[in-house]
Amino acid sequence: MTRYFFTRLAGAVPTLFIIITLTFFLMRAAPGGPFDQEQALPPEIAANLESAYGLDQPVWVQYGHYLKSLLHGEFGPSFKYKDFTVTELIGQGFPITLQLGLMAMAVALLVGVPLGTFAALHHNSAADYATMSIAVVGIAIPSFVVLPFLGLLFGVYLHWLPVAGWEPGSIRHLVLPVLALALPPLAYVARLTRGSMLEVLRSHYIRTAFAKGLPLRTVIVRHALRPALTPVASYLVPAVASILTGSLVVETIAGLPGIGRYLVQGAINRDYTLVLGMVIIYSTLLIGMGLIVDLLYAWLDPRVRLAK
Amino acid sequence: MTGGFAGDAVRRLRANPAAVLALGVICAVVVATLLGPWLNPNNTETLDWLHVAARPGLQSAHWFGTDRLGRDLYARTLAGTRVSIAIGVVASILSILVGVSYGAVAGYVGGRTDHAMMRIIEILSGLPLIFFVIFLTVIFGRSESLLFISIGAVGWLTMARVVRGQTLSIRQQDYIAAAIASGASSGRIIAKHVVPNVIGPVVVYATLTVPQIILFESFLSFLGLGIQEPGASLGTLISEGVGEMEAAPWMLLVPGSFLAVLLLCLNIFGDGLRDALDVREG
Repeated sequence: MTRYFFTRLAGAVPTLFIIITLTFFLMRAAPGGPFDQEQALPPEIAANLESAYGLDQPVWVQYGHYLKSLLHGEFGPSFKYKDFTVTELIGQGFPITLQLGLMAMAVALLVGVPLGTFAALHHNSAADYATMSIAVVGIAIPSFVVLPFLGLLFGVYLHWLPVAGWEPGSIRHLVLPVLALALPPLAYVARLTRGSMLEVLRSHYIRTAFAKGLPLRTVIVRHALRPALTPVASYLVPAVASILTGSLVVETIAGLPGIGRYLVQGAINRDYTLVLGMVIIYSTLLIGMGLIVDLLYAWLDPRVRLAK
Repeated sequence: MTGGFAGDAVRRLRANPAAVLALGVICAVVVATLLGPWLNPNNTETLDWLHVAARPGLQSAHWFGTDRLGRDLYARTLAGTRVSIAIGVVASILSILVGVSYGAVAGYVGGRTDHAMMRIIEILSGLPLIFFVIFLTVIFGRSESLLFISIGAVGWLTMARVVRGQTLSIRQQDYIAAAIASGASSGRIIAKHVVPNVIGPVVVYATLTVPQIILFESFLSFLGLGIQEPGASLGTLISEGVGEMEAAPWMLLVPGSFLAVLLLCLNIFGDGLRDALDVREG
């Protein structure tokens, strides 16, 4: 198992390398540059700026320099936010994005799995239909509609929660954004759990467990839950992608100083290093989640463990 | 697909009131966006300076109110919905064409080609494509053709997978052996025998692709990367509405509700159709 994990870990490195290379050359192939302004800079200043950032060198040389600085753990200086390195910019915003994302993920799993189990146990009842209708709503309606609607209801009309803004350490400011981000993955998780739980509940060993006289709770928690969670585990990578994508808009709407805004802004400004830094962070998160999922499979399903 | 099969499917769909209702709402919205300009005395461009950011009301000249420039919100929302639906349908057709041919070829040819083609799909679906699309639209200008291509590029993966799965089982059928025996070329067999027999799942996933693409387009427009002024899709209207949500909440509520209801109904109908035709992702 450990060996399998390290093989996968080693496989992740070339993937990341390909993504970095692709992004680097795509960015450079784009028309325009980081120092384009309404008014063209005097050629001397432009030349000075370009040589200061190494942009006057051939792209291959720049690429080599960039990879070298990455190996030293440096994302390089930002082209737009002068006096800031990309490491500093991302370092400031990332904890907020991470907190938001982790909370959304936790809500999605901690509510989605019980909800799906509940629906499966009451198969074809009104409760089942109600739960699944809510799930359709969650899947269909995007977070950039849900969040402003929630803000309007709980912020503007009821004054229960702040509409937008951020105070360090304040949970109240995170409630609505977390809800909006968590809703789509929550709905998927509930659906997946319901589907697989229905199948598991039909299996012989569950019938045996009931026949032994075990209480419902024990049957579900000890016997049914683990195998039923396999589809949920394989959904975790898309869930991370969904939350990261959602955070791009949710952070802007809620006025949270996370890193979401840097991707689009950076690409518009041709802030090469900032965009690359963002792409690296996002890809690492997704690839990392993929590795965690591999471990989860082994934990959830003993057959995977034995096969490896 | 035989008549009996289609008949069964329609019967099963009819027995699902939510799906029927959803289909009704979708039809109503489509009709409204098409007939809207004739029924509404206001158009999308006129600036009504006497009613700037006016509240909605049935007595007022503007049923759903106006925006900061005095433009009629009802007319703009209908126009935006039309744009969103048009992009959803066109990009879906694109992704269906790509997905069906890709999946049919992979499934029919099989072997190493199939393996390689499916590996590509696996890699592509592992990537967060939305980031690449954001990237592409920002970098290579916000042209509408690029918008279609980039959105269409995302939608075809599931379709290809479904069609391949179906094709694998169709390939085992006797009529394919008969076609091969009578000397039909692979291209002809795929076009004449394989594709017509995967229509059912294709229709199901097409109805589920449309909302996915509408969502995707409105997301891009919300970020300011999609449809540009003076044109508007639901995404741009919602993004404008978010900025005004405390002073003029209808600017958010009207397009937001349109998008929410449209996506909800398309999803419910697609799910209903999937259950009626009993299709699973292969």
